[in-house]
Amino acid sequence: MIDVQNVSRAFGMLRAVDDVSLSVGEAETVGIIGTNGSGKTTLLNLITGYLQPTSGRIVFQGTDITGLGPRRVTALGMARSFQIPQLYTGLTVLDNILIAIAAHSGRSADFWTPMYRSDCVTKADELLALFGLRDQAAATVSNLPEGRRKVLDVALSVILEPKVLLMDEPTSGVSARDKFSVMDTLMPALKEGGVTTIFVEHDLDIMERYAERAVVFDGGKIIADGPVADVLARPEVRRAVLGEG
Amino acid sequence: MSEPSTRPSLPLAAIVAFAVIAILPLFLSDWISFLIALALAKGAVVLGVVLLLRGGLISFGHALYFAIGAYAVGFLANRFGIGEALVGLPLATIISALVAAALGLLLMRFRGIYFAMLSLALSMILYTVLIKFYDFSGGTDGLSVRGFTLAGAAPAHPGLVQYYLVLVLTAAVVYVGARFLASPLGYLMQAVRYNEIRIEYLGASASQAILASYVISGAISGLGGALVAYLVGHVSPELAFWVSSGDFVFVAVLGGTGSVFAPLIGSIAFEFVKNYALKFSPNTWQLTLGIFLLVVIYFQPQGLWGLLTRLRAKLRRLRQ
Amino acid sequence: MNILPIILIDGITFASWLFLVSAGITFIFGVLRILNVAHGSLYAIGAYLGATFILQFGGQEQHGWVTLLLLVLAATVVGLTLGPLIERLFLRRVYGEDEVIGLLTTFALFLILEDVIRLIWGIEPYLVEGPFRLFGRVRVAGIAFAVYPFLLTIVAIVAGFLLWFVIHHTSFGREVTCVINDREMAGALGINVPRIDLIAFALGTFLAALGGAFTAPMMSAEPGMGVSVIVLAFAVVGIGGLGSIGGAALGCIIVGIARASAVQLFPEIELFVIYALMVAVLLWRPQGLFGAIELRKI
Repeated sequence: MIDVQNVSRAFGMLRAVDDVSLSVGEAETVGIIGTNGSGKTTLLNLITGYLQPTSGRIVFQGTDITGLGPRRVTALGMARSFQIPQLYTGLTVLDNILIAIAAHSGRSADFWTPMYRSDCVTKADELLALFGLRDQAAATVSNLPEGRRKVLDVALSVILEPKVLLMDEPTSGVSARDKFSVMDTLMPALKEGGVTTIFVEHDLDIMERYAERAVVFDGGKIIADGPVADVLARPEVRRAVLGEG
Repeated sequence: MSEPSTRPSLPLAAIVAFAVIAILPLFLSDWISFLIALALAKGAVVLGVVLLLRGGLISFGHALYFAIGAYAVGFLANRFGIGEALVGLPLATIISALVAAALGLLLMRFRGIYFAMLSLALSMILYTVLIKFYDFSGGTDGLSVRGFTLAGAAPAHPGLVQYYLVLVLTAAVVYVGARFLASPLGYLMQAVRYNEIRIEYLGASASQAILASYVISGAISGLGGALVAYLVGHVSPELAFWVSSGDFVFVAVLGGTGSVFAPLIGSIAFEFVKNYALKFSPNTWQLTLGIFLLVVIYFQPQGLWGLLTRLRAKLRRLRQ
Repeated sequence: MNILPIILIDGITFASWLFLVSAGITFIFGVLRILNVAHGSLYAIGAYLGATFILQFGGQEQHGWVTLLLLVLAATVVGLTLGPLIERLFLRRVYGEDEVIGLLTTFALFLILEDVIRLIWGIEPYLVEGPFRLFGRVRVAGIAFAVYPFLLTIVAIVAGFLLWFVIHHTSFGREVTCVINDREMAGALGINVPRIDLIAFALGTFLAALGGAFTAPMMSAEPGMGVSVIVLAFAVVGIGGLGSIGGAALGCIIVGIARASAVQLFPEIELFVIYALMVAVLLWRPQGLFGAIELRKI
């Protein structure tokens, strides 16, 4: 599905991603873990085209997508949620969802029919219910607490019904109670839909519960890649991620 | 500043306002009627500015389209002897839309201050051309616009006919604007203001949304300019000068960006204040306007429309 | 007649004249993130005040060097009074808001100042040719040029050099650079940002007023002079990149030479060429020649 081939990205002297190769197959669920600054978010930025690699290639379903911007990559079937939620802060939650729905159904150039069409609003309502955001539908995003914003951010990426979903720390900032309820609803749905899921996480519990395969980053390189329980038990992994030992 | 979601249902107030404005000429002097028509036509230009302001883009060069529309009518009447509005108005609108499409391709890559500065430069280019090429444009003298006809008929009271023409067309422009603001593109423009990255990650293009909005904006403003040309009976290069663009932005802020009607209210307020300020104190009318603008910026940034909305909410609370 | 020296000299003197105003605008934008539409009015006030000082105290003939000091004094007065006044009373309230708001605030100030100028000085131009005549003429490559514009060039170069020196070699300059790069961080580091804002705006005002003051002997102080200079300055600053003084200098030279060439070869397009250049440069480099592109971190 996605084939990252010897990708590197340097910022001046700093090699944020150092000769990384990674292959993710269809419908796999992969968790990426590693300490802050180990290159995880940079990898997502590279895969989705927000950054250009300084060397290497990225192939998606046989197409070379290296350096294509986020818009083209999204059009090819990839969606992404962010570590810092990227939302339309001055608009309401419902507006955010409706805009995403309109974009997904190709209505971005429509300047005549109202956005608040009954079928779109119904669909939006379903999504809000799915993510537990119904009560905040009319709230302006800038007034939302961080956890709710994170959930909305994930919701926007899911609306696109992507083939590949990349999530950057989907549960960070989300309250302990919501964390699991959102993931419990989301992950099985993704699995059922055959969506290839790659998520970056700090939280080992989340990793163990929802990932099938773990990829460990340290200093811009991948130091481990394999079945989740297996990898997380390795001492060098626990040292790199938790500082144990 | 969060914009309220706009549904395109025609408020009762708008119908009432239309009716009131329609019967005003029966009671008011010709000069006041002229001022109202002028304010409405210019209000259309300001609506063009407001459509872009929704996206956080400030066009400091919209006088370009104002002038293009006006001079299209001017050329037609002065150089070709065609004063027929049913020819001049569509022509002005189409030419403005075409220019906006071409320039939009350039401008859509810019944001913020650079968008403002570049739009200013483009309008100044037109200004310098209009000033220098006398044979082409009449230079600083400008062109007179005579021989106004509507559907082939030269009216006995051209001012009155123009008044109703402006009223009807402004209403049409407002309707188009309202549908635009309530549409996916209208909301996408608001999204451009808050987060372009998210737009790209939804598979949509902020630049293309801006281009589409810019074309509609240019067309509306060109139509406004054409109407003003018929009303005033004369076009001159000042129409394209940067201060003229500044006035449109001024009125946009004065009226507020919260509704399609706000630019019209702002424009009427502006024209009347300017008219009386000029009469009573010609040396300080700019000073007055400047202070007025500062007051709005500091104390009522949502403009007159915001003030009206607040008053309406207060009245509602008082009734309860 | 060999037009190359004419183009060069005319171009450089035009560039010097524009530089003082443009440097002020771009510097103020760098620090305060506000594009000052009223900068042309400050330039005009410098011109009117400079003319007034010369007419009151200078006597127009012999004591030529005194008149130059009077011009600098006029600019200083404007910089020390109007600068802080405007910054404190009007601009301080809109920091941190949308760029649009800053632009509109300075546009309002422009409207106000234009009328204030008319109220104080009336609508007749103020001619103070004394300093201009004092310096006589010189022959370069067989053509006679007035010397005074060269003086303007020297003033521009000295001002540019002083500005560069202050920014790169003083502690104040280092603080200003911090504020330009990251306002919030600068505040967190303990830099007195409001003080820097005030001084920066006063300095920019002084430069504009200096440009105006030294223009008065050359072109007289007259209504509307601020209006025409400001769009030229915008073009230059757009070409050079907002916030870059070096860019402003380069932009001035490019615009100066281009305009001088047009005047000699194709007079109709004299004004047109400046804005066309700006559009061309921005087409090629959307952030201006030395402007910075910012990629948001996600």
